Amino acid sequence: MCGIVGLFLKDETLAPRLGELLAGMLSTMCERGPDSAGFAVYGSETPGRLKLTLRSERPGDVVDLIARVATALDIALPHAVHDTHVVVSVPQKHIDYFLLEVAKTPAVRVVGSGRRMQIFKEVGRPDHVAQRFGLSRMAGTHAIGHTRMATESAVTTDGAHPFTTGPDQCLVHNGSLSNHNVVRRDLIRQGLSFQTDNDSEVAAGFVTARMHDGYSLEQAMTASLEALDGFYTFVVGTESGFSVLRDPIACKPAVMAETNRWVAFGTEYRALVDLPGVDDARVWEPTPAKVYVWERH
Amino acid sequence: MPVVDLSQTALRELNGSLHRLTPDTNETHWRVLNPRGQHAVAVGVDAPVVIEVEGHVGYYCAGMNQQATVIVNGNAGQGVAENMMSGQVHVKGDASQAAGATGCGGLLVIDGNASARCGISMKGIDIVVKGSVGHLSAFMAQAGNLVVLGDAGEALGDSIYEADLFVGGEVKSLGADCIEKPLEDCHRSTLRSLLDAAGATADVDSFRRYGSARTLYHFHVDNIGSY
Repeated sequence: MCGIVGLFLKDETLAPRLGELLAGMLSTMCERGPDSAGFAVYGSETPGRLKLTLRSERPGDVVDLIARVATALDIALPHAVHDTHVVVSVPQKHIDYFLLEVAKTPAVRVVGSGRRMQIFKEVGRPDHVAQRFGLSRMAGTHAIGHTRMATESAVTTDGAHPFTTGPDQCLVHNGSLSNHNVVRRDLIRQGLSFQTDNDSEVAAGFVTARMHDGYSLEQAMTASLEALDGFYTFVVGTESGFSVLRDPIACKPAVMAETNRWVAFGTEYRALVDLPGVDDARVWEPTPAKVYVWERH
Repeated sequence: MPVVDLSQTALRELNGSLHRLTPDTNETHWRVLNPRGQHAVAVGVDAPVVIEVEGHVGYYCAGMNQQATVIVNGNAGQGVAENMMSGQVHVKGDASQAAGATGCGGLLVIDGNASARCGISMKGIDIVVKGSVGHLSAFMAQAGNLVVLGDAGEALGDSIYEADLFVGGEVKSLGADCIEKPLEDCHRSTLRSLLDAAGATADVDSFRRYGSARTLYHFHVDNIGSY
């Protein structure tokens, strides 16, 4: 089944409330996906630095790793611990060195990276997961979240959404893909790597690969209509935007709402009912096989 | 007039109260506030009462309805009025997929658009959509009338057994065994009465009628090589 929520703010004064609003939306979708949950939040950027979201069962190991690298390079590495995840701000010129050090520490996984994107995901009831990570205190311009009821791969943290295969890019999926093994093999040949055998990670990889080829977000989503077979509602986040696509048969439900302050996506309308001004929002069901994109300019 | 605020009262309590209504009840007009997209609002009602819902509802609103008139002043989620037996359901906004699915009787009116599979497996219900309908509407329809003032999406009436489909706008494509049929006086009269009941003023002669070619009813021996 699964539940998806997404919120893209047009009104910057709402930015401090982004996490709180998304947490409410995610909590409503617990019933659709009680296995695990995750979310990506696009916050502020620091010029010349990348944000890495790292995960370990023992977050102390990550903090030790950060301290080691900071000492070796004689630089400051500001970081914040959120339960099992640690977000660290690394100067772009030191990113390769940092990732080499992460690779030497097998218990530490890179969950996501980007100038603005932070990703958090864990096994457990979505409202508990959101609480553990402190989602309601997070600020930003846009965010997407997912509550999972697993069908295609195991209930693990790695199998939770969002999936990311490129900087500032992530995807959440409701549905199941039937040709993901073929597409995964093609993408591996093109140089992409995957962390799981999950179908949704392949969709994320496909969008990343096309955008790496120079496609716009809209063109990459349109290309996935041809390449990916199965049932899907996708919500994709990039550094500046947010996109929605449903399969042509529209197997999975989806509702969108828009006011002059925000654009929101929910698997069900229930997820949107606490957004400010929702009673006056334009509410509609996204047309099957039509790519919707909102971007900040 | 009973007023039930769903932000204060549990949905099960509302539906329980509606199910306990007797044919001679004096509580003939209900208002339901703050549905907030909840599923199964006013399902299974079997009494001649009017229920007005103020806001958007979730899945299966007014499902299995008998006798009641349910008015939704908002949008409806999937399967509104599914398996309706009699009465009337009026959605003032849009309806999601499978509106009126398997309905056996009564009238469903949607002022806005209905998305995919509107009237899927309809078995006698009348549906009037003032906007457009999505793909695979009236899929496997068996009886009743589907009236669409706007356009119909791909594969209208796919694998239709019977039922009359009237479309005022464009039809993107017809499904298997669905064909255009002549609009005769008896159909004009049915269409006029449905449009009047739905409060629509459209000209009956602006509609085209579609129905079953009846070629899928029986196995045809010429197709034996296909199996």
